Amino acid sequence: MNDERKPKIKRIASTKSMGLLMRDYFVELAEAAEDPGRKVAWCTSVGPAELLRSFGFDVYFPENHGAMLGSARMAADLIPRANALGYSPDICSYLTSDVGAFLAGVSPMTKVDERIKGVPGPDVLVFNTNQCRDVQDWFLWYGRHFDVPVIGVHSYAGIGDVRDLHVKSIAGQMEALVPELERISGTKFDIDRLREVVGLSRRCSELWKEVLDTASARPAPLTFFDGTILMGPAVVLRGDSRANEFYETLIAELRQRIDEGEGAVEDEAYRIYWEGMPIWGRLRANATLFLENRACVVASTYCNSWIFQDLDPEDPFMSMARAYTKLFIVRNDEFKERYIDEMLDVFSVDGILFHDAKTCPNNSNSRYGMPERYVEDKGVPTLVINGDLNDMRLVSDEQMVTNVEAFIEQLAERKDA
Amino acid sequence: MSDLFCGVDAGAAATKVVLVDPSGGVVGSSVRRSGVDFTSTARRNLEDALAQAGAARDAIRRTVSTGYGRTNVDFADETMTEIACHATAVHHAFPRPVTVVDIGGQDSKVIRIDADGRRVNFKMNRKCAAGTGAFLEEIGLRLDVELTELDRLAHEASDPVSLGSFCTVFTKTEVLGLIRQGRRIEDIAHGVYDSVAKRILEMDPLTGEVVMTGGVVEHNPMVATLLSSRIGRQVHVLERAQLAGAHGAALRAIGGGAKEKTDA
Repeated sequence: MNDERKPKIKRIASTKSMGLLMRDYFVELAEAAEDPGRKVAWCTSVGPAELLRSFGFDVYFPENHGAMLGSARMAADLIPRANALGYSPDICSYLTSDVGAFLAGVSPMTKVDERIKGVPGPDVLVFNTNQCRDVQDWFLWYGRHFDVPVIGVHSYAGIGDVRDLHVKSIAGQMEALVPELERISGTKFDIDRLREVVGLSRRCSELWKEVLDTASARPAPLTFFDGTILMGPAVVLRGDSRANEFYETLIAELRQRIDEGEGAVEDEAYRIYWEGMPIWGRLRANATLFLENRACVVASTYCNSWIFQDLDPEDPFMSMARAYTKLFIVRNDEFKERYIDEMLDVFSVDGILFHDAKTCPNNSNSRYGMPERYVEDKGVPTLVINGDLNDMRLVSDEQMVTNVEAFIEQLAERKDA
Repeated sequence: MSDLFCGVDAGAAATKVVLVDPSGGVVGSSVRRSGVDFTSTARRNLEDALAQAGAARDAIRRTVSTGYGRTNVDFADETMTEIACHATAVHHAFPRPVTVVDIGGQDSKVIRIDADGRRVNFKMNRKCAAGTGAFLEEIGLRLDVELTELDRLAHEASDPVSLGSFCTVFTKTEVLGLIRQGRRIEDIAHGVYDSVAKRILEMDPLTGEVVMTGGVVEHNPMVATLLSSRIGRQVHVLERAQLAGAHGAALRAIGGGAKEKTDA
């Protein structure tokens, strides 16, 4: 096949406006860090961002920064710096690459706009351990460095049904943050402002879900790889009306693609579900790999993780607690399989790719026999790839290509049968 | 000479070429180390295989390449993964549901195929050389024996050692400790092969009938002996196991269904 006939990644036009929105957000953070009248809160990506926004904090998400370090393929040079401080190469490579970047005094954000000199210094760090314990340890390192408070919510792990006792406990922990946040922000807690932010965040979730749901169309107008970029505002600007405006524009573009029968993958023949973290340093390579094999990764647990349908402005604390506890990552395998089953159905999936990310056990669901159960019990083809979110030393490109091509060959044989 | 079909397996350690007639029978083959220039190695193999078959280049109707260097084979019409090609070669000889174990120079694979030769599932080793040909080469260096000698030595074991390490480098350290303890090299060689068998069984429980392919088992049959012993039933070894990938590619060249080759 010559180069002219090789399929190309189709750029989503709205990505440009998203870039501007993200730039504005990063610049605002940089300005806030320099302005004594403004306060910066660092928050985990599925932490209580709505609560922080209601106090007027500018909210910064180190995980977003971690993903930027991964995408920029800077992580492998930075991780060893954190390792040298006793942070193991086996723990979260977001943590180690982010701390390493801080120690090296580098950040991909500085390339976004010259007004950005680095990460914005925090006034408080707020975590939720609903994802893992690493986020807490990550924030504690910065808390010690900046000598600022580190507060947060200790969540459940591996639960089946989300019960009232879970929700009440988490809501109580969130409410208990209020006095400290009032003290640090110098702002009195305002329940109506929280309701407003929760309402905006809920709307953002609905719109983000609508974006992802467009991929149920055949051909799908976007891929998982597009989604990992387009999710930026849903992560860092939920609760801010600008995120919602962006997603309305994006949805219109994707609907137009559907109306015109334009798929993200030319001549789409296979539809894959991606379970686990993205491989940030290989987004483009992997997008191309699937594209060349006429396969579209139509849905993922990862992109779905920023859909919080339980948020309810009428009952902000309880609904935040419910939304942030109902997350896939907090649940047991029985729930996770039910959830994935539904995705396979909604998105007409041919097979599941499980990414076993070396440094992210909580987001690697291949480690307790799930892929085998899908093959043996449900007849769903699965593929497990070994890799990592940020540490590209753990990725074998040759094995990735062979694994994916062999998987597509396997799906082709099934279709032929 | 009738029409020929060509399969090229440009593997990490060795490049193999197989020529088959339209019925799938092998009429020529060639194997040599892949070296650093996959393209010229494949071409030289092709010339050798054609000479063996007594055929000219223009007798070849179609070529499928496979293996890590598959896109470097400039005379291939199509490419296919080695997983597909090993499955095809095994199904050609064993037309029933089987589990294929392929141990190559760089990786190991377990492929389950159904009665029609379709893949049910496959697994590849992690990004780690333990249990592959590269592992045996490393251990051979540590034991200061030619790789061709290792299998013979293992057959003369009287009190085999058991190696516990997961990693090639750590296994070498473990072997060093055994040498210092004065353990016989034959017993260590046996332990090395048993370690390869254990790595395979960590990948998959190996249900049903098992067929082994790849260069490692062709040159080190002790691996099949020990794997048979561990699973409690006879493991088959495909005839000319090292050629399985190339033979499967040649069979695919007859039947079609491979992917059009893209430039490397």
